[in-house]
Amino acid sequence: MRFTRRTALRGILGGGAVSVALPFLDCFLNTNGTALAATGAQLPVRFGTWFWGCGLTPGRWIPTKVGTGYDMPPELKPLEAFRDRLSICSGFKANMDGKGAVPHYSGTMSILTGSAPKGQGMVDFPTFDTTIADTIGADTRFRSLELTATGNPRDSNSRRSSAVINAAEPSPAAFYARLFGPDFKDPNAADFKPDPRVMVRKSALSAIKEQRDALLAEVGASDRARLDQYFTSIRQLEQQLDIQLQKPAPLEACSVPSAPANTKTGTQIDDAITNHKLLAQLLAHALACNQTKVFNMVFADAGSSLRKAGSTVTHHQLTHEEPIDEKTGCQPEATFFVERIVEGLQTMLVTLDGVKEGDGTLLDHTLVFAHSECSFAKIHSLETIPMLIAGRAGGKIKTGMHIAGNGDPVTRVGLTVQQAMGVPLSNWGAGSMQTSKSVSELMI
Amino acid sequence: MVAPGMSSIGSGRKSLMRLACCALALVALSSCGDSGPESSGGPATVRRLTQEQYGTIIADIFGSDIKVQGRFDPEVREEGLLAIGTSHVSVTPASLEQYDSLARSIAAQVVDEKHRDLLVGCHPAAKTAPDDACAKQFLGEVGRQLYRRPLTERELAAQVKVADDATKTLGDFYTGLETSLAIMLESPRFLFREETVESDPDHAGALRLNAYSKASRLSFFLWNTAPDDDLLAAAANGELDSDRGRARQVDRMLASPRLKAGVRAFFTDMLGFDLLGGVAKDPEIYPKFTPTLAGEAQEQTLRTITDHLLTQKGDYRDLFTTRRTFLSPLLASIYRVPIQTKKGWEAYEFPDGDSHTGIVTEVSFLALHSHPGRSSSTLRGKAVREILLCQPVPTPPANVNFAIVQDTKNANFRTARDRLTAHRTQATCAGCHKIIDPIGLSLEHFDGLGALRDQENGATIDDSGQLDATQFAGAVGLGKTLHDAPQTPACLVNRLYAYAAGHTPTKGEGEWMKYLQDRFAADGYRVPDLMRRIATSEAFYKVSAPATTNTPTQADSGPGQTSAKEGKS
Repeated sequence: MRFTRRTALRGILGGGAVSVALPFLDCFLNTNGTALAATGAQLPVRFGTWFWGCGLTPGRWIPTKVGTGYDMPPELKPLEAFRDRLSICSGFKANMDGKGAVPHYSGTMSILTGSAPKGQGMVDFPTFDTTIADTIGADTRFRSLELTATGNPRDSNSRRSSAVINAAEPSPAAFYARLFGPDFKDPNAADFKPDPRVMVRKSALSAIKEQRDALLAEVGASDRARLDQYFTSIRQLEQQLDIQLQKPAPLEACSVPSAPANTKTGTQIDDAITNHKLLAQLLAHALACNQTKVFNMVFADAGSSLRKAGSTVTHHQLTHEEPIDEKTGCQPEATFFVERIVEGLQTMLVTLDGVKEGDGTLLDHTLVFAHSECSFAKIHSLETIPMLIAGRAGGKIKTGMHIAGNGDPVTRVGLTVQQAMGVPLSNWGAGSMQTSKSVSELMI
Repeated sequence: MVAPGMSSIGSGRKSLMRLACCALALVALSSCGDSGPESSGGPATVRRLTQEQYGTIIADIFGSDIKVQGRFDPEVREEGLLAIGTSHVSVTPASLEQYDSLARSIAAQVVDEKHRDLLVGCHPAAKTAPDDACAKQFLGEVGRQLYRRPLTERELAAQVKVADDATKTLGDFYTGLETSLAIMLESPRFLFREETVESDPDHAGALRLNAYSKASRLSFFLWNTAPDDDLLAAAANGELDSDRGRARQVDRMLASPRLKAGVRAFFTDMLGFDLLGGVAKDPEIYPKFTPTLAGEAQEQTLRTITDHLLTQKGDYRDLFTTRRTFLSPLLASIYRVPIQTKKGWEAYEFPDGDSHTGIVTEVSFLALHSHPGRSSSTLRGKAVREILLCQPVPTPPANVNFAIVQDTKNANFRTARDRLTAHRTQATCAGCHKIIDPIGLSLEHFDGLGALRDQENGATIDDSGQLDATQFAGAVGLGKTLHDAPQTPACLVNRLYAYAAGHTPTKGEGEWMKYLQDRFAADGYRVPDLMRRIATSEAFYKVSAPATTNTPTQADSGPGQTSAKEGKS
């Protein structure tokens, strides 16, 4: 059958989480979307984070068997199809080193910056997605793309410092405009002519760049760092324009989707599922068209605000309030959200896997690092925070394993992921979480 | 550093005045020139424009039919104020993309066929060729308003060159102008309010803001927008460097209707109304709560405040006891009172003895500081402490069992007071909860939306409350207690100063803050008087020794050099 965007949307809205294996990507193809022959060039390796708040249920997500051939635990069942491309990291811990734990914040930032934050909003180091973006993403139009299914642009973990936070795009329609608006250059377009208006804009930026030294000399050290970030952003804008002026190499997997309809954004679970799916699909196109190599997706914010339609009891509230059912060992109402979250991750992996690229799929050339901010949300536990690694990263990481951390710091996983993505690091993290011990089982 | 000429005139005049004042003081102990104790000043700041400021400035310069469409990066609240957060945020690549597309869209509108004749102000000799004179006239004039100071010769030449180059490449004068204007609109000189320091001729070794930075600090404080022509002229001619000149400008600005926008911006920030838009309520419990209601609730409080402080010239403390407010039909239905108007706003006074006394009993405060499905004495008490009394409350420990507080169905703990009392028996929680809950419990007659109720779950509500050593009954008692608490006006003084200066008062400003608090009391707690006292003072523009190692030098002051900014290399 032929999928139209309308029927696909109806499927999403009508059936909650529908997992369509491949064809829904085709539904976004327009007439320009004809694939070209493979060029033989090496396919890029991509990296993305996928975050959800409020963890998983202890006893329901850790496989009993360590190493390959692990048993798929109940809460991760929707990921069964990806078992051989999914590694589960359990038993890794965020150490606070005497700094007070900020609920729903310290865990995230320990995993991503390698150091316990001083307090809410106060990190000492950048999140490692930015380090990876600087390593692999310099030649794409966007250094990284931040997305959230929650409707709130503040729901982004990606930051270069406490003051430089990469805000997230919540709206699929706006995301589409940013990606495939007039500034998009189709790598598979038959003719290419550099746009003189783009040339003019690029050369005009030098009027700003010329001010850098004078401006930085006028201010104190902390303001200098802020203004320097501004000029870094100017250089990246210039680079974006540069890329628009060059004829892009044809990409077999690249196709241009049609614009999604406007959607209602927010933390209501159905909205989050719909928007996440649309964002993931657009993202897959962006990756296949080499618009970026790095992304950060938030499905549920830290301290998950997800809620059911007609209710304002959030997932977060439930994790604290709801009694644990002794038979199943879980909080039934809260578990409803855990199930939707894991299905959300499934959607992301299915979407990436639906794009054929070279001799595999986009997922085979991507490393998705999915994680939460605590293990047992009821008590904000920072021991054994769930961390999952999906995709093959173009063969740069071993997959299909359960890694038991046995109380080691979470930084071992962050170090491993960065090394796999080519960041030249021999050790990473601060305080008691500093480590030079990557997870050797995962390294090629 | 200092523009030659102007500052020497200013300082000469000033020294004379000072001498005169001292002489008078010796004779009559007059309060002439009462400028308070010495202040160290605080840091010069570099603040990113807020979305509201950006929009207002564009409307001021180009008119309100120029559409400003785009999303800014989320703002950051620090030490109780977004205004302080603006001193710490930067521009990420994604947010620069937003500024870039906003700048291009504004520039395109300004030069389109509909607007160019009115807004450009000159006509090119030929539409298809560069006209540097016309470009220079337009870019120089607009640039002065955008950068809040005249462009240096070098800056202006660079902008004219951008227009010239673009016109040559694209063959259209207005496209060239558009390109150059867009660059100014995304320049750090526009997006950041960078304050420039100069040495203070009246105090050897001391530093102060230069005249244009003074104008900006003043204008954003009183009007929440960039300086207008008069104020820029006052900066250029040295008026802002003299006490009398400053007073003349401040009085002009305080008398302007634009003051209202400034006061609204301050209270919107202080009261955290940026969060009201994101408030969600359980539709089964509070079916009347909608984004429209949230917007009207905010408007009600801002109207109450500006009417009381500006129109009635009232005592700040009476904002916590006043029964006079403004209602829309929707709000009147929540408060369950009759009003005449079917549309719009109407002044309304609650009867004597009514529980609706002061802004703390308005929907904006009560709904914002509640849970989605129930009231919260803890959130309300915490808001009173942090927002109205400037007393930060620590965040709760990570490992807390909230089960008792949140189980509204438990027959043993039917009211919030019962549940919180049980909660407070846990030692780790008691420390904070005993200083916040008793404040909020006095507002328990208001539900999670802000509507009055007699009972909760069929049990009678006990609305006795306590703030520090003062015990009181209900909302009326809380209002009176806040009115009488010395921290209430002291907090307002600190917040207002921090908002205006972009930093929390430093240690070296302690005496000056104490003085402002005393004068605020002596002035009958009149907020415009307090604003005037801050805005006309020298202390407000004084700058403590900067952290930077760069010392001002005299280098590179070419023609058109008007500020210290371009002087350092």
